Amino acid sequence: MALARVQTISLIGLVGNRVEVEVDISDGLPGYTLLGLPDAALTESRDRVRAALINSGLPWPNKKVTVSLSPAWLSKSGSHYDLPIAIGLLIAQGVITSEISESLILMGELSLNGGIRFVRGVLPTLITSRNFGAKCAIVPLENLEEARAVPGIDSFGFETLLDVVRFLENGENVQPQFLNTFHDPSGELDLLDVVGQIQARRALEVAAIGGHHLLLIGPPGTGKTMLAERIPTIMPPLSIDETLEVGAIHSVAGSLGTRGALSTTPPFVAPHHTTTTVAMIGGGSHIVRPGAVSLAHGGVLFIDEAPECAHGVLDSLRQPLESGTVTISRAVGTVTYPAKFLLVLAANPCPCGKFNGRGRSCTCSSLQIRNYLKKLSGPLLDRIDIRAFVEAPTRVEMASEVHGESSAIVRERVLAARNIASERFQGLGWALNSEIPSSQLRGPFKAERAGMSFLHAELDAERLSARGFHKVLRVAWSIADLHRNPRPSLSDVESAYLLREGTFL
Amino acid sequence: MNKQLLGATGEDAVARYLVARGYRVLDRNWRIRAGEIDLIARSPDGELVFVEVKSRTSLSYGDPLEAITPLKAHRLQKLALAWLVTQGEWGSSYRIDCAGVLISRDGRQEIDYREGVL
Repeated sequence: MALARVQTISLIGLVGNRVEVEVDISDGLPGYTLLGLPDAALTESRDRVRAALINSGLPWPNKKVTVSLSPAWLSKSGSHYDLPIAIGLLIAQGVITSEISESLILMGELSLNGGIRFVRGVLPTLITSRNFGAKCAIVPLENLEEARAVPGIDSFGFETLLDVVRFLENGENVQPQFLNTFHDPSGELDLLDVVGQIQARRALEVAAIGGHHLLLIGPPGTGKTMLAERIPTIMPPLSIDETLEVGAIHSVAGSLGTRGALSTTPPFVAPHHTTTTVAMIGGGSHIVRPGAVSLAHGGVLFIDEAPECAHGVLDSLRQPLESGTVTISRAVGTVTYPAKFLLVLAANPCPCGKFNGRGRSCTCSSLQIRNYLKKLSGPLLDRIDIRAFVEAPTRVEMASEVHGESSAIVRERVLAARNIASERFQGLGWALNSEIPSSQLRGPFKAERAGMSFLHAELDAERLSARGFHKVLRVAWSIADLHRNPRPSLSDVESAYLLREGTFL
Repeated sequence: MNKQLLGATGEDAVARYLVARGYRVLDRNWRIRAGEIDLIARSPDGELVFVEVKSRTSLSYGDPLEAITPLKAHRLQKLALAWLVTQGEWGSSYRIDCAGVLISRDGRQEIDYREGVL
């Protein structure tokens, strides 16, 4: 047969399109034409495929080869077309004679010696390929773990082109095809390591319960990063759907190596304060890469030294914070990535960082101190529900043999509180206390009478804005869930009020 | 075997190949300033055939036919037209063929003949 057809997928963002790779071999001068809007990496596939075939001892046709990737209007990029093109060439040459099903998806980059290399985006590719009726997939062995995470697709991983040929011809499967299970690899980090910090621990716990964004303020070296890193360990593990969604984003970004495809631990992403807006929200020309906000989807986005961030970077967080998604437009298309995360900002109390206690060693002027935290824009601070002050642990705490609670214990309480909340919000369209709409907070989700009068008094005294009023109530609900109160009591509201104001600002 | 001898051996082989199939060889190594046509023949059904022959002693530099780049093929087309004009055959039906000849050390010849490549 001089004509062959195999199936693969082109991925833009998290959305896949079915792509049919057609290979035609006709008489004529040796030549290779690749049709279907290929980008540079794809155009180079000719040389990779040729070398891989020859070095595997497989024939390369010295004839006129036409490879068409249809639909022709869709621009295609990436190196994962190597394997389907190579297999198409072998079918067209009659080397592979068995029938290849249309429900088989092939993807993989070839190395010159005939090996099959890791590609990005296998997880989202296979998730969307189910919509096209795909039932099985051949992927690089290094991608097998993530491929196996997709239910409904039978995935096979191979290390070399020859192994794939043998598999397609004889059904020979040389690789151990292990079964994956969802796992929770956290355990390196634990709140046990944190000395003291009673107040900050509490803030973390409440933030994890209600999904409240958090600002940690404290001098350098007091443990802001240490605390933030441990937030994922007290958050509920991701559900199966969430795990796949988070895995899909990391698969596109190529960062699954650092994070297992089936890890149920919420991700923790900490971009440096010199990061650019593109790195923060995503972008790039060929493939639209997910940014830090999407990599943190389902987990924690931690920005240390937040006031030092370049102008505009923090403000770019406003759209994802508002909508839970981020939409990026590029030449290849418009891509929407999920971006729902718990934002944790950390800041020094002043530019020199030493404004601690009575501030005796601080060298900043009062004006500098006042202006420092003002760099965090008002609209962004409005979305921060909790401000916690992280102080240096005291001598007594450092010397103490008594450890704080472990992450497991805290997570137990967070889980229980979240269950109470999700039961309460059943059928209402939101699941977390931080998402209760303002109008509902004055209606069905009021606090107890005493609590409400306390807030009204603060409002009258102009110590609380209308927005602040609602935020205190949302945090109060989380505290009430923690204490298993059916409705926020006066003390829950007061605690929430203190958490919002912090002890410093 | 030097380059000229290799080329001539290959062209001889292709000429014999064509004659055996009923072709009549009209001209060989027809040369003008723009280049050279290796073989010009008339097929049994009267069609004019211009043949480019590439000879090699091994495949280590790739298939002989791979050496015919699109640029060379284009030049061949122009040469064919030039021949037609100068021989008063303008308007005749013609085609351009390519032949790859692999001549191994022991003298065995393998011909890969492609008809109508352009």
